Amino acid sequence: MLDETMKKAPRPQNQTSVFVKRKRTFTIVFVSVFALFTVSAVVTNYDVIKGFESIPQSIVWIAKNFVPNAQAWEKLPKILEKLIETALLSIAVTVCAAVCAFFFSLLGTRTTKVNPWISRLVRIVAAFFRNVPDVVWAILLLFSFGQNILTGFFALFFATFGMLTRTFIETIDEVSSSCVEALHATGATPLQTVFQGIIPSSVPEIISWVMYMIETNIRSSTLIGILTATGIGALFDLYYKRMDYSAASLVVILTVILVIVIEIISNQIRKVIM
Amino acid sequence: MSELVLSGRAPVSQDVIESMRRTRGGKIKIAAQSKSSLAINLTIFILLGLTIYAFLFFDYKSINFAQAVVSTLDNAKIMFGTPKLSYNTIPGVLNALWVTFSLGVLATIYGAVIAVFGALFCAKNIANPKVALAVKSFVAFIRAVPTILWVLIFTVAAGLGSVAAVVGLTFHSAAFLIKAYSESIETMDDGTIEALRASGASYWQIVFQAVLPASISYMVAWTFLRFEINFANALAIGAAAGAGGIGYDLFMAGSFYFDLRELGFLTFIIVAAVIALEVAATKIKAKVR
Amino acid sequence: MPILEFRNVDKIYNKMTQALTDVSFTVDEGEFVTIIGPSGSGKSTILRCINRLVDATKGEIVFDGHNINRADKKEIRQIRKKTGMIFQHYNLVDRLSVIENVLHGRLGHKSTISGVAGHYSEREKENAFIILEKLGLTEQAYKRCDELSGGQKQRVGIARSIMQEPRLILCDEPIASLDPSSSKIIMDHLSNINQTMGITCILNLHQVDVATKYSKRIIGLTQGRIVYDGPTEDLAKETIYEIYQSSEGELITDVG
Repeated sequence: MLDETMKKAPRPQNQTSVFVKRKRTFTIVFVSVFALFTVSAVVTNYDVIKGFESIPQSIVWIAKNFVPNAQAWEKLPKILEKLIETALLSIAVTVCAAVCAFFFSLLGTRTTKVNPWISRLVRIVAAFFRNVPDVVWAILLLFSFGQNILTGFFALFFATFGMLTRTFIETIDEVSSSCVEALHATGATPLQTVFQGIIPSSVPEIISWVMYMIETNIRSSTLIGILTATGIGALFDLYYKRMDYSAASLVVILTVILVIVIEIISNQIRKVIM
Repeated sequence: MSELVLSGRAPVSQDVIESMRRTRGGKIKIAAQSKSSLAINLTIFILLGLTIYAFLFFDYKSINFAQAVVSTLDNAKIMFGTPKLSYNTIPGVLNALWVTFSLGVLATIYGAVIAVFGALFCAKNIANPKVALAVKSFVAFIRAVPTILWVLIFTVAAGLGSVAAVVGLTFHSAAFLIKAYSESIETMDDGTIEALRASGASYWQIVFQAVLPASISYMVAWTFLRFEINFANALAIGAAAGAGGIGYDLFMAGSFYFDLRELGFLTFIIVAAVIALEVAATKIKAKVR
Repeated sequence: MPILEFRNVDKIYNKMTQALTDVSFTVDEGEFVTIIGPSGSGKSTILRCINRLVDATKGEIVFDGHNINRADKKEIRQIRKKTGMIFQHYNLVDRLSVIENVLHGRLGHKSTISGVAGHYSEREKENAFIILEKLGLTEQAYKRCDELSGGQKQRVGIARSIMQEPRLILCDEPIASLDPSSSKIIMDHLSNINQTMGITCILNLHQVDVATKYSKRIIGLTQGRIVYDGPTEDLAKETIYEIYQSSEGELITDVG
């Protein structure tokens, strides 16, 4: 018996072949990543040496110029006002997008068994909103809304809506398909199934995603704010263009604090609700 | 016969009556009293409250909302319905797309390399807890700074161009990937590491023989996700910081030439590219698994 | 008096996979029938055709005067109301309390709005408590279902189906995820419900010994075809080997 298996499986050879194969895969991956890197560096005129040199230079520059001084602190009330505006914007955007995305995702999940064509359409629409960059929405909206807070609101809304619809569909499919089947079997109507089965079982996941998107949207709204001249992004851009780096640094520091505070709050919420 | 049991008042035993919780009005409660449902309700309530407050707080500057919506819909129809290039050529646009793609590639590769080492110092199950905490806090700080601000800061320090863009994008990528990789490593079975330690394997042997092979498929998935984000970010900084690529073309088409059709054409190219990336990523991820 | 009748039922999934072929049988009111067969033989499909979680491709299914295949949405709701279902993985809403899950059995009887709001009458709540007591779950009533053990969860599943006041209970592998002692409790409860309340039960099981112990009638299914339908005592060893398409000594289950 033993002899037979030994003959069948010449082990040492097998093992080396695994190692050879792994080594070959590793080499292929390494070479292709390196090639990709080189091509990308050439295409973008990226100077690798200059790239490494720039980091210590920049750190020195940041340490010298990018520190809030007394003048910067005088601007604190103004900065705080814009920071609150940005925080409220991203909360409002995320909440509105989440509410719409939730109802939309109910049409898109397999669990509710709405018409398969409708759920396919929902997925396509969600993919469209997700893949059109928020910058494009911002530029489009600028035409009609001008430099207004609503420009930023809708630009972020569309992107968040697309993203959340997809994640909610996945969450609902994953979390509630089994209890939905049971509720269907009791003769519950589709709406009853949603409120008694899908919502209770998926709400913690949904809140967790909403908190994550609020945090992400604060960062995105800084960028959108530069384009739409609203919120903290516009203020940073203003100081930056005036070369008032000290005030700009205060903006960055306060933004960081805001994002970290929101991250800590959402981690705490997650811990309790999951 | 089952109706007999349920219809009519069946005798209820004392134990059952005592086990029922009642509201002040004397009705039987049915919900589980738990901290988590309280927290959920509270969170929803606060978020909705803040949203309403936000809409009251915003300065809308006497905008004619209905008119703006109608004209946006018209514009969207022109933009997505009749895309056409007038200021750029197709090779030019593809080249710009290629530049944006390459910026994303560079930032992702740098970020991934830094993150592999960062994650080893940061994952609870293999790193020194004090070092892990320090690295984690530092990384949380870097992640909290919006990418666009990193790029703008490096633009001043290193000059406008691909160096500032790549370095700025890399900061955020590395921080993001350190968190993601270390969490992938932390989900690994502790027994494997223990067994290797017991067999006298050195730190680097454990890393290369156990830790990395066990978490590689997660790490690859996170890297591709980050690449998609980096592509979007490269696009955005092109538009907002003038860092070149197709993002810059977008900005010029929209805010300089005011050409909706050009904007539409560029958008379709970008969407096609993003979808192609997603498909490619899914295929490669499937191979790693 | 037959409560359920299958006439030459076929089920083909995605126009490709033949799950059931020419299945015909009748079940009388008050019977306790077990369907046995290897995994993938179509046991679950039969149960799901009865309450239209799955649509049969061909043939007729008649349940309590309803022609199931031709039922419209309203009639499907009527049929589902009258059939309770118990699942292998319990399929409870884990984050809700035990009592809320039991009350879900009433949803079929309620208007959409009061079901959506989770509004139940005091009598319904009292009845839910009485059922829980019968199943030995009084102390668990206000716990969340994710705090329960597997055996307790399955008892909540049973309570939910009794709450429907069903004519028929369908049990899809009710003990497949449970340890032997919990399995016995669950099987005893099901058998008790069948005997004292007169509710017809149809079970899917893959444990032949459990099936022969609890039910008087067994249906054997292989690759979507019925190969045995008759009293438990007439089920020969050879038939079991035929059902599981194996030869002597290959089955773990003690057939004797």
